[in-house]
Amino acid sequence: MWHRIREIVRKEFYQALREPRMRLLLVLPPVIQLIVFGYAVNLDVENSRVAWMDQDHTPASRELRAAFQGSRYFQITNTLTQESEGRQLLDQGKVQAMVRVLPGFSRDILGGQTAAVEILVEGSNSNTAAIVSSYATQVVSAYANQVLARQQAIRLVGASTSAGIPISLRLPSLTVNSRVWFNPSLRSRNYFVPGVVVNIIALITIMLTAMSIVREKEIGTMEQLMVTPIRPVELVLGKVLPFALVGLLEVILVTAAALLVFRIPFRGSGFLLLGCSILFLLTTLGAGLFISTISQTQQQAMMASFLFFMPAFMLSGFTFPIHNMPVAVQYLTYANPLRYFVEIVRGIFLKGIGISILWPQMLTLTAIGLAVLGSSSLRFRKRLE
Amino acid sequence: MAASHEANQWAVEIEDLVKRFGDFVAVDHVSLKVRRGEIFGFLGPNGAGKSTAIRILCGLLAPSGGRAIVGGFNVATEPEAVKKNIGYMSQKFSLYDDLKVEENIDFFSGVYGVPPEQRAKRKEFVLDMADLQERRDSMTRLLAGGWKQRLALGCAILHEPPILFLDEPTSGVDPIARRGFWDLIYQLSESGHTVFVSTHYMDEAEYCHRLALMYRGRIIALGEPSTLKKNLRSHSLMYLDSSDPLESMKALEGKKGILGVAVFGAGLHVSVQDPASTRRQIQDLLGQRGIHIRRLEMISPSMEDVFVAMIEEEERKAS
Repeated sequence: MWHRIREIVRKEFYQALREPRMRLLLVLPPVIQLIVFGYAVNLDVENSRVAWMDQDHTPASRELRAAFQGSRYFQITNTLTQESEGRQLLDQGKVQAMVRVLPGFSRDILGGQTAAVEILVEGSNSNTAAIVSSYATQVVSAYANQVLARQQAIRLVGASTSAGIPISLRLPSLTVNSRVWFNPSLRSRNYFVPGVVVNIIALITIMLTAMSIVREKEIGTMEQLMVTPIRPVELVLGKVLPFALVGLLEVILVTAAALLVFRIPFRGSGFLLLGCSILFLLTTLGAGLFISTISQTQQQAMMASFLFFMPAFMLSGFTFPIHNMPVAVQYLTYANPLRYFVEIVRGIFLKGIGISILWPQMLTLTAIGLAVLGSSSLRFRKRLE
Repeated sequence: MAASHEANQWAVEIEDLVKRFGDFVAVDHVSLKVRRGEIFGFLGPNGAGKSTAIRILCGLLAPSGGRAIVGGFNVATEPEAVKKNIGYMSQKFSLYDDLKVEENIDFFSGVYGVPPEQRAKRKEFVLDMADLQERRDSMTRLLAGGWKQRLALGCAILHEPPILFLDEPTSGVDPIARRGFWDLIYQLSESGHTVFVSTHYMDEAEYCHRLALMYRGRIIALGEPSTLKKNLRSHSLMYLDSSDPLESMKALEGKKGILGVAVFGAGLHVSVQDPASTRRQIQDLLGQRGIHIRRLEMISPSMEDVFVAMIEEEERKAS
């Protein structure tokens, strides 16, 4: 049995490494994804361009402006005198938000009233808009708190001197010290790059497995293999093992790039990552094998691979948080092997957790993997005869 | 090899074989037997069911009905045992284009389970046979058609199977390469292999020891090429060269005493019941239409004539 599997494995490697298109397919996707998710995709909002319109013209309004300018989230690029100018800037996308300090701002805030600051946010990207608007609100309320505290201090000092009684009153102050665990610098790169590991092996192993089997159908060699005494299980293993190996190699390469180029923290065990990758490979190789049984041409196989991969990617929690999805869809994600592997990979990279916490995910991956790979192999056997 | 094989002189026995794809009957109650060491030809137009029948015999398709025994094993129940005894060359060239000649041989040697100590010897045998010694290191894709065909045959006999199934092995190969390929088939037959070969080339059909003519899933004639031709002599064949072959065909088709008309080269082959009386009739019929007869003479039928006559008879029976 093993010598026949070895023959197939060797042949697959000869073919994959000789074909320039195949070689490209092995190298290009990891490089592209690393560049995209390592450099380009960034959900952090920094240096948002803001147009400033001051209708109050008081020391307070100027202080607020300074507060905005001092924040690393904002950068005041335009100062307006008319609202219409702001509209135009927003329409053209030259600024992401416009802050208008309404007349009476100083009076209200010093009088302890609700101060009126109007923030217009360009909302075509709802995600960024929400972040910009919340940062702006934070800046304004921080300033308001600061003014309030100052006012109170003055009032207390005034009270103590007029009554002539020395009192030592502490200002009621509440300091919030938030600490972010696992990704203290809150870089989205730390969040995305480990996920690339998942994407790469899923995409490569599903597509290459499906296409390499369908290719044999297309060129007629499958028929030739079928008249040899080779057993279906040998053929399946021989076809699948090379891509499993390629998948593991890509895990190592992407992890190395994540650590060396992108300086992503790696707190967990490398061996655990490889072990879990093998469990994950059961599911993707099974999916590839399944696709090969329903496709007649390589184009069909490629289309089917993407048809499977895109939703699996979207519903994996890689970019979009699962707990934000409708409940029905959340249930659907339980059947998605990518979901578990994303959790495992992020857990190992960022949290450094081990089997004691990850075992449910590992167990589920094993179950899904054996089910998919097993049923696809059975389908494959039927097709062979 | 088991004793039962020795006792059995038949390499292939088919009884009442049927293969249906939905409503379509691809193989329609076919029965035939092939002797050991025989070159057995399967002749028929495209879509006649030749490939389907061969695939069933190789254990690639399950029959819908009937029985097929290959090398003493039932293809429906023991396909794996059948596979150990056969070599198969499909219609499409089916080796790996992106492997070298030698790598293809090594790969199939391994997959067929040729014992490691024999592999080198078998490889040399195949390289010699296919005349590929000098190209053993070439990429298979770069070989010319005839060489590819011979390499495919070589890879199909690496494990020394007693029975060979060749499905249109020479389609798309030039005539000289075809000749060379048939020399190989003769060699194999002489060394005791049974060769079951399908073709739609009439000249190749004449090289076979015995032939089955297949048409619309059924065998319409079976026998040695010379016998098949003799049977056709019950009616005679004339060659007609006229100024307008197509008009002549229209004029003659369906007329009394004329069994069939077929285009052949620049002229027509007319099969007739009684040459003496029909000769006059043909001259009259064409004369009325102003068609000039350049030549009209008796000829002996070729395999193609046998084939065309048989099929025309089938169509007549059907309508």
